[in-house]
Amino acid sequence: MAEVKNEILAKYKAKVFKGRKDHILEVDRSKEQVIAANARAIPGIMTNRGCCYAGCKGVVLGPLKDTLVLTHGPIGCGFYSWGTRRNKARSGPDGSNYVQYCFSTDMQEPDIVFGGDKKLKKAIEEGYAIFKPKRIMICSTCPVGLIGDDIHAVAAWAESEFGITCVAFSCEGYKGVSQSAGHHIANNGLMKRIIGTDDSDYPARYKVNLLGEYNIGGDGWETERILKKIGYSVVAVFTGDGALSDIARSHKADLNLVQCHRSINYVAEMMKSAFGTNWLKVNFIGLKAIAQTLRNIAEFFGESQVKERTEEVLEEEMAAISGDLGYYRERLSGRKAAIFVGGSRSHHYQDLLRDFGVTTVLAGYEFGHRDDYEGRRVIPDIKEDADSKNIENLVIDKDIRYRAILSPERAEELRATIGLENYEGMIKDMEDGTYVVDDLNHYETEAFVKFLKPDIFFSGIKDKYVIQKAGVLSRQLHSYDYSGPYSGFRGSLIFGQDLTMGLYAPAWKLIKAPWAAREGGEPLAPKGGEEDHA
Amino acid sequence: MRQVAIYGKGGIGKSTTTQNLNAGLGEMGKKIMSVGCDPTADSTRLILGGLAQETVLDTLREEGEDIDLEQVLREGFQSIRCVESGGPEPGVGCAGRGIITSINLLERLGAYTEDLDYVFYDVLGDVVCGGFAMPIREGKAQEIYIVCSGEMMALYAANNISKGIRKYANTGGVRLGGLICNSRNVDGEADLVSSVAKELGTQMIYFVPRDNMVQRAEIHKQTVIQYDPESSQAAEYRNLAQRIDGNDMFVIPKPLTQDRLENLLMEHGLI
Repeated sequence: MAEVKNEILAKYKAKVFKGRKDHILEVDRSKEQVIAANARAIPGIMTNRGCCYAGCKGVVLGPLKDTLVLTHGPIGCGFYSWGTRRNKARSGPDGSNYVQYCFSTDMQEPDIVFGGDKKLKKAIEEGYAIFKPKRIMICSTCPVGLIGDDIHAVAAWAESEFGITCVAFSCEGYKGVSQSAGHHIANNGLMKRIIGTDDSDYPARYKVNLLGEYNIGGDGWETERILKKIGYSVVAVFTGDGALSDIARSHKADLNLVQCHRSINYVAEMMKSAFGTNWLKVNFIGLKAIAQTLRNIAEFFGESQVKERTEEVLEEEMAAISGDLGYYRERLSGRKAAIFVGGSRSHHYQDLLRDFGVTTVLAGYEFGHRDDYEGRRVIPDIKEDADSKNIENLVIDKDIRYRAILSPERAEELRATIGLENYEGMIKDMEDGTYVVDDLNHYETEAFVKFLKPDIFFSGIKDKYVIQKAGVLSRQLHSYDYSGPYSGFRGSLIFGQDLTMGLYAPAWKLIKAPWAAREGGEPLAPKGGEEDHA
Repeated sequence: MRQVAIYGKGGIGKSTTTQNLNAGLGEMGKKIMSVGCDPTADSTRLILGGLAQETVLDTLREEGEDIDLEQVLREGFQSIRCVESGGPEPGVGCAGRGIITSINLLERLGAYTEDLDYVFYDVLGDVVCGGFAMPIREGKAQEIYIVCSGEMMALYAANNISKGIRKYANTGGVRLGGLICNSRNVDGEADLVSSVAKELGTQMIYFVPRDNMVQRAEIHKQTVIQYDPESSQAAEYRNLAQRIDGNDMFVIPKPLTQDRLENLLMEHGLI
């Protein structure tokens, strides 16, 4: 199989070859494998990556429902990040829901020449007059950084002028190498200005925060349903259907559950330092994964009543879906999948695919770091480069409200048994001989489709149609193609149904290329369309 | 129409020299438009007699795109047409982008008429970014003169500007016409500036001696030629105008290495 990597790399010129060879590896779990990640994409290569602004505004801040998120820049950045991530939200207790809106300062040429801070102030005045928001988050776009508008001074002005919380984020698109930089900047802002600012009582037991759950297609709602059914109180969700008013008191929680490691591990670590909040890597995608996750959480709280309730819920939920699950499993089993998404989903979905008997032959992250691939133990070895040094790394001191709910011995034990405060990365869960590719590009996508012949290629809008034109089903795992939720027990069935529909769609029989027919050659036949839907 | 850009270290006397040069050319009967490319908008003060002028960018900001040329173009001494690009207050916005916007707008408004013999661009300081290189990009100004003195930093800036010119020489066709020495009474100044010019592959096109007459004229918001036409300094500026008008030496400069530049200064006893 090693020749696949060589054959793909062979097309590259020396310099590109050098730049790409360490980003592709064939899994061999008998070795300690190292992958290059979080490095600059090579100019001219069609990368799927987004920018720093996309990570800050689009991913982390955008889903907040009680917050006016204002894009400071020309209109494109705001417009094209409007509603594209399908992060759903219901109005909060105060009735506000900003998720449907898009706010932008719509900078024009004179604003670039003369500075845009005046227009930013005006936009805040207008936004405040119309919506009376309690919180405004300002997100910078590239030109703002180039001309040096002092958005932080404007935020301070807005706070004193209107008595609101206003935080500015210098998340200009050109910062860092991908959207990952934006996640970090957003995490820093939440930590510095929001988390721990509401100290009112939160009388509940088994309090958890759900971190890195953006409620795409309603994922977070299904996850919350399960947690609540067992008896957990979800203090705050970062940030899907989330509210800053909840995040303000998230330090009251006993445990942080980290779903998307890449985008939110900074908050988890910083809350551990400041408030002593333990964190646990979880996965609510995939049935075995959910069961393991729920048992781990129960183990953290350690009470038999929680453990028993967890088993009850697991049994009940599994019973409810087992019939349909078998139906889809029968139709999907034996298929091969490739997954290329953000920074954590490529790992999570392998669990769900395994439940359906689908093997993952290729997986990669757009913007993951080495720890997302190899596990957190490599963090001390990751060399900082100029790009990562550019992003502020907060040093967090112990807060006076620091509380450790575990004894040091118990914490140590849980580190060993449930992987408390650890993430072991994606590679260890993959089969030998499968491929891991960081920052996959369009050429490599086409090449891997040719060599590995996956039945399904999970990716995003930028390459979905390229893949489908090659006769391979592609589902978007960023947006779920208008479907979802895929998380939890119920979501697993929706996922199974979507895959089955996609693979067995009669459409595949109709994509015969005209020239292939003319020359009498075999049309590009997808494997998925061959068998008849029973 | 010859389009000429004047560059040089900040404070070296670009605006003063340009306006006196314009006055000299004006006397010769040339039709001139002078475009100030400095956010402080004081590049045409001596020609206009201190008349406050609406800048292109201010007008653009206040009136939107619907601007008439008359709003931003004023005629001054010797019917020289004056335009100020303008720009943001210090520390905000992007002055470089302002220059690009402003020159594009002047073109669309039809400021570049057939009857013009000269268009002068008086550009702020060094070629610090793409915006300040605007007059030498896209084939606008074809010839550049660098105002300097025998002081080290002025020559250092001249060398840097030459790098910018060389960069655009191949794509935009811009050429260096020479160094104008605006004397600061440094020892061996003319020799030194001539040597640097020679190394750059160009010439010291004129040596303007230092004379307090220039300051007196400035206080009266006039060029020397207007304030005291009989003075010897007025004659100097007329000569400068003659030299520029008759110049036929246009080169792609060969910028010096830092070491070479310092050696030259040493040879002339400056360091």
